[in-house]
Amino acid sequence: MSEKIIEEGASEVSKRGFEVLTGMPELSIKAEPIFHIGNFAVTNSLILSTVVIICFAIIAILYSKSAKSKKKSGLYYIVNFILKAIYNLFESILKDKVLIFFPLLGSFFLFILLNNWFGLLPLVGSLLIRVEEHGKVFHFPLFRGNNADLNATLSLAVISMVLIQINGIKYLGFKGYIKKFINFSNPINFFVGVLETISEISKVISFSFRLFGNIFAGEVLLAIMAFLIPVLVSFPFLLLEVFVGFIQALVFSMLSAVFLSIAISSHH
Amino acid sequence: MEAEAAKLLGTALAIGLGAIGPGIGIGIIGGKAAEAIGRNPEAGGQIQTNMILAIAFAEAVAIYALVVALIIKFV
Repeated sequence: MSEKIIEEGASEVSKRGFEVLTGMPELSIKAEPIFHIGNFAVTNSLILSTVVIICFAIIAILYSKSAKSKKKSGLYYIVNFILKAIYNLFESILKDKVLIFFPLLGSFFLFILLNNWFGLLPLVGSLLIRVEEHGKVFHFPLFRGNNADLNATLSLAVISMVLIQINGIKYLGFKGYIKKFINFSNPINFFVGVLETISEISKVISFSFRLFGNIFAGEVLLAIMAFLIPVLVSFPFLLLEVFVGFIQALVFSMLSAVFLSIAISSHH
Repeated sequence: MEAEAAKLLGTALAIGLGAIGPGIGIGIIGGKAAEAIGRNPEAGGQIQTNMILAIAFAEAVAIYALVVALIIKFV
């Protein structure tokens, strides 16, 4: 949830060391910069995604330690179960090339999933930090869901589409792959080729806006619901957001897998 | 009409009208998928996977409308 204090007494209240939130929550589409490293603005969504990456690193280290020892811990079996489930999911789409693409697609799935779910944790969006910008004092949330920032989802979409193009060229050869888009055999095929090119570019926009829209709208929904009815009503919406986060991670990675399998197969 | 009133109206219309199409579309997809599973329960897994994919595409259109509404309201 993104909330900013907009009342005039805010600076007075902050001297007391705690913040009192009254009035309509102020929601911003852009992620707010918390501090700057040189010229690079570190935003609150970047901070949360760094936390997620550290979490991944810890789980990976624990998993590899457990895999080497004789007695496997519970974490080992849980991670195995999750990986096997994801593997089966992609095997049905990619058939025999699944092992080549499984690291990429599994990473997409787990990264987006954990980012979405970390955006629902208690301190995210409500822990405010005092930021001075151009002489004015703002109070921004210290953490914000990573996928509620259009930059993050756009970068994931660009990575996905660029890798799809590269793999298409790698498997079909440059000429074979370009034939899908520029095809002079007859006018209808040429037109279809132009449509395919436009469709590839629109896939970037579609990927990024689908993920951004779902997660950001979820955050706005949670903030407004908690503001309208402060007691108990947020709970079913939180469950909805957990479900939506899972489905969006699934849809992103499954769509990447489907487009990948289309790109590396030669149709005619 | 002042700019503020027009903005609010634009926000409401953007998401209100934008959700009609995807709502009908997702209903049709779900209905056809249920019918297909009823006819052929063995292919249930495959039908379900394709249904989720198609629903994601249809829902994305509603999300575009929602993003336009949010941009009008907050930017």
